[in-house]
Amino acid sequence: MIEMQDVYKTYPNGVIALNGISVRIKQGEFVYVVGPSGAGKSTFIKMMYREEKPTSGKIMINGVNLANIKNSKVPLLRRNIGIVFQDFKLLPKLTVYENVAFALEVIEESPKNIRKRVMEVLDLVRLKHKARFYPDELSGGEQQRVSIARSIVNNPAIVIADEPTGNLDPDTSWEIMDIFERINDRGTTIVMATHNREIVNTIRRRVIAIERGKIVRDEVKGEYGYEA
Amino acid sequence: MRLNTLRRHFRESFKSLGRNGWMTFASISAVTVTLLLVGVFLVIMLNIQHITKQIERDVEIRVHVDLSATDADKDALRAKLEAFAGVEKVTYSSKDEELQKLIDSFGEDGQSFRLFEQDNPLSDVFIVKAENPLDTEKIAKQIETLPSVSKVKYGKGQIEKLFAATTTIRNVGLALIVGLLFTAMFLISNTIKITIFARRREIEIMRLVGATNGFIRWPFFLEGLWLGVLGSIVPIAIVLSAYSYTFDLLYPRLKDTFFQLLPFYPFAWQVATVLVLLGACIGMWGSLMSVRRFLKV
Ligand SMILES: Nc1ncnc2c1ncn2[C@@H]1O[C@H](COP(=O)(O)OP(=O)(O)O)[C@@H](O)[C@H]1O
Ligand SMILES: [Mg+2]
Repeated sequence: MIEMQDVYKTYPNGVIALNGISVRIKQGEFVYVVGPSGAGKSTFIKMMYREEKPTSGKIMINGVNLANIKNSKVPLLRRNIGIVFQDFKLLPKLTVYENVAFALEVIEESPKNIRKRVMEVLDLVRLKHKARFYPDELSGGEQQRVSIARSIVNNPAIVIADEPTGNLDPDTSWEIMDIFERINDRGTTIVMATHNREIVNTIRRRVIAIERGKIVRDEVKGEYGYEA
Repeated sequence: MRLNTLRRHFRESFKSLGRNGWMTFASISAVTVTLLLVGVFLVIMLNIQHITKQIERDVEIRVHVDLSATDADKDALRAKLEAFAGVEKVTYSSKDEELQKLIDSFGEDGQSFRLFEQDNPLSDVFIVKAENPLDTEKIAKQIETLPSVSKVKYGKGQIEKLFAATTTIRNVGLALIVGLLFTAMFLISNTIKITIFARRREIEIMRLVGATNGFIRWPFFLEGLWLGVLGSIVPIAIVLSAYSYTFDLLYPRLKDTFFQLLPFYPFAWQVATVLVLLGACIGMWGSLMSVRRFLKV
């Protein structure tokens, strides 16, 4: 459960990125966040993994208010949230397997569990056969699947993605969506900021539209609603 | 911390050393140069201190006994001198012994003093040594007021001058060493900054997936530690072999003077320990400076 109450965010340079956001996202929901460039989508997402603190307002995730947790508690929060970006953020010198295992190694998971969990998620994103490949030997779509595998390897309750298909061609984007749907089917909440009109209009889910830092539309099974 | 984690931190820190090849080399060199200078200063200063101690130790108060004093007076004087606070040792030297010493100290020419053997103009003397050489003057002044004392002689002013000189040398040396340490620390912190920069992607991902700050910082501390410790090896080797060489060279010539150098052992171990620890400290401190500035959440 994610709940925001009257969240405002003013960046130090004076830009008001979020201008009074209140929203509830239940466990297991699949939510698209849409809106024009600069509307505040990324900021909205950054609030949820405490990359940015709100200037005012409350952000509750599973009963904890992120607005006033200590910095030292942020790592624990993030172990329960998977994060996916447009640019994959893979480590080029590590293989696919190592990239995914990295996420568990750095939180001191036991080696036995690491092996098991990594192979499971690589299977889920259908990349088991490329476990020994390096990122630059993979297509963009495959790289994004590795990054998704990494985001879910610790079994988070929530996966948030900021334009995960932004760098991919349309066919590849569908593969990615297929994987997000499968993850969502297991009960994981998905919050995804996107500019991909076709996807939003085809795979109908809840749509939250943000403009100038405010939620202007919130529809169950909504539409993209902007010109492509 | 899990053993696996520790192993990982060690591996990562060593990997960084290799990966940053040139920067590693540059900062180890900086530590090397610094510790070399520190080592040389250390050796010189410790020896100066050692020599000063010997000279200071040789500073004595010569108490001339009044010619009219009886044996009983002398015994009383001796008892008083020995009872003085801060007095380490009192030795008696009769006027005959004094004359003999005088004759001996002039070698061949001393023979002419034999004339005085009949009618010795010298006084009996108590030689008083202070526990702390710096108390010499104070004690001497007090002795002057005792009965049966005709004259008190001591290296007036000499001790103070000597002590002032060594203090200056010590302070200048310390200032230089502190300056050099900061330079090395700054260079290490710069290297760690570069490592942090080179690994910013890894750090970013570690943050995203929930690694703790401590976990993220460890490899950088270790890298700093290795840079410092590796930088201390060459200086230790050079300083100690140079010292051993110098010692062997000078020892026979200095044998009969005040200028006694510190013997090689355990001095060598002490210098090596100090240099390794200093290297480790500047390494970790340098690392800490960068980690605190560039690894903030
Ligand atoms: N770190 C930042 N510092 C200052 N201004 C920022 C920062 N990040 C975003 N902004 C500004 O906040 C507004 C919202 O940005 P963002 O959340 O990235 O929008 P979107 O993801 O919808 O394009 C924009 O005007 C942007 O320039
Ligand atoms: Mg954005």
